[in-house]
Amino acid sequence: MPEPIVLAEGLRKSFGDTHALRGLDLTIPKGTICGVLGPNGAGKTTAVRILATLSDPDAGHARIAGYDVVRDAGQVRARIGLAGQYAAVDDKLTGRANLRMFARLSHLPRRQAHRRADELLERFGLTDAADRQVAGYSGGMRRRLDLITSLILRPQVLFLDEPTTGLDPRSRGEIWDNIRELVTDGTTVLLTTQYLDEADHLADDIAVVDHGHVIATGTPDQLKATIGDRLDVVLQDPDALNQAATVLKALTTTEPTTTGADRLSVALPGGSLKLADVVRELDRAEVAAADVRLRRPTLDEVFLRLTDRKQTVR
Amino acid sequence: MTALTAPLDRLRWTLTDGLTLVGRELARLRQEPGQIVAALLFPAVMVVLFGYVFGSAIRVPGGGDYREYLMPGLFAMVTFSAWLGVMTRTASDASRGVMDRFRSMPMARLAVPFGQTGADLLTGLLMLTVMVTAGLLVGWQPHRGLIPTTQAFLLMILLRYALSWVGVYVGLAVKNDQIADALVPLGLPFTMLSNAFVPTGGMPPWLRLLADWNPVSALTAATRELFGNPGAPSATAAWPLAHPVTTVLLWSATLLAIFVPLSLRAYTRQGR
Repeated sequence: MPEPIVLAEGLRKSFGDTHALRGLDLTIPKGTICGVLGPNGAGKTTAVRILATLSDPDAGHARIAGYDVVRDAGQVRARIGLAGQYAAVDDKLTGRANLRMFARLSHLPRRQAHRRADELLERFGLTDAADRQVAGYSGGMRRRLDLITSLILRPQVLFLDEPTTGLDPRSRGEIWDNIRELVTDGTTVLLTTQYLDEADHLADDIAVVDHGHVIATGTPDQLKATIGDRLDVVLQDPDALNQAATVLKALTTTEPTTTGADRLSVALPGGSLKLADVVRELDRAEVAAADVRLRRPTLDEVFLRLTDRKQTVR
Repeated sequence: MTALTAPLDRLRWTLTDGLTLVGRELARLRQEPGQIVAALLFPAVMVVLFGYVFGSAIRVPGGGDYREYLMPGLFAMVTFSAWLGVMTRTASDASRGVMDRFRSMPMARLAVPFGQTGADLLTGLLMLTVMVTAGLLVGWQPHRGLIPTTQAFLLMILLRYALSWVGVYVGLAVKNDQIADALVPLGLPFTMLSNAFVPTGGMPPWLRLLADWNPVSALTAATRELFGNPGAPSATAAWPLAHPVTTVLLWSATLLAIFVPLSLRAYTRQGR
């Protein structure tokens, strides 16, 4: 098997008494999207900064396309793109001027730099806004410009640090489409996000990070399977809540969570329980259910379970 | 792809990338023409304001026209504004992540500070041109011929360049454009506390000591001497005023020797 294009082993980094990374391992195969999920302060950004050569690890090592991020930083920089929270464009310039400048700084000859700028503006639908000052762009347009600036040199690996934080749903969807398109070109993407649905939609693999190390990895489906399906019950009469909880606990041997005045949710052990059994047991206890539904857990539930935050879910 | 290996190659890319960044500053100005007008109008307004408002009340020691006395002081004031502009722009790049993008790219590492100080040099030359024009219009002129006049301008440019490196360092150190903006008004009292607008002879002794040793005073005295403008220091003047040209050269060399390495180190190490 060839070496994964992104390989990090035992990365550690502290800022004074704050241990941002405590032995982080990460591998990303070529041409895939890896979603790095974690609560604020989990170490996601620190990890990206190290992989993008902006910061040195205290211990451990990382390689991008076979090049060490500390020793061969120059080779790494020639193969990566960085966008999102921690990279930016010049507000005072136009979109086109920004792209041309960054293309020149990437050492493309002038004519080629101009052509590449036009090409990217065209492909990502910014041609109309190209000659306006970036300060007047909408949040979504700014992020898109930021994203395409990181594509000037056709990077092998693209680091996107929370690329859609603070965007409206429509702009978010557009950025998602852009990211998916990149992967069809063969780019490998490392995406950090706090939005679980973002990782669910985009990522081939997910690495859940908490307290500076990876606590779980897998495809979104694999991660969901680790905590089993969930059962949601909506009652006709809210007064029957306690009674329903007793029935569900007896069936699943798990304490159900109250998710509303008239509703409960409970994790199912294994896959043995049938919906019909639940309905029959509730009937027998004379609890009238308005709705009983079996579903896959959301990634939020997986995440909360894994990161051991409070168990109440939406 | 460019592998920055051979030193000659590296030098070439530092220059090329530095020039690209100088071009960036010019493009920014083009986007906001109001800013150029304001930046150029300011020195012209100062010439009129100080020349006629203060000039009506201040008597130049040893006689002479106040506006002739004033112009070297205004040149010094504009020179010392260099570090403020560079600091603000550097801090803004550092706080908005533009600096991080530069540092994640395969570009020459030293190009960013060199580009920023180079761009400031161009701005400085433009401002000097406006000042000279305004000065000539209100009756100022150099009296000692081409070579001393050229020396005076070279001295200003040298000190300005040295000061712009102070700006790079402070900008990288504060890393926050709001703090940087808050520091800007400090520039004015620093310039006022000198011989730029009034002779220091009448100040209380402790204040006079500060004013005499202020590098703004040294630059003002040096250019007064080289332009042949009134206000030559008395025989009992403090050492920096008695030897102003040497003092300015020493200041420039010292600032460059301290702040160039500090800035380069801060730039390459930032965020590590």
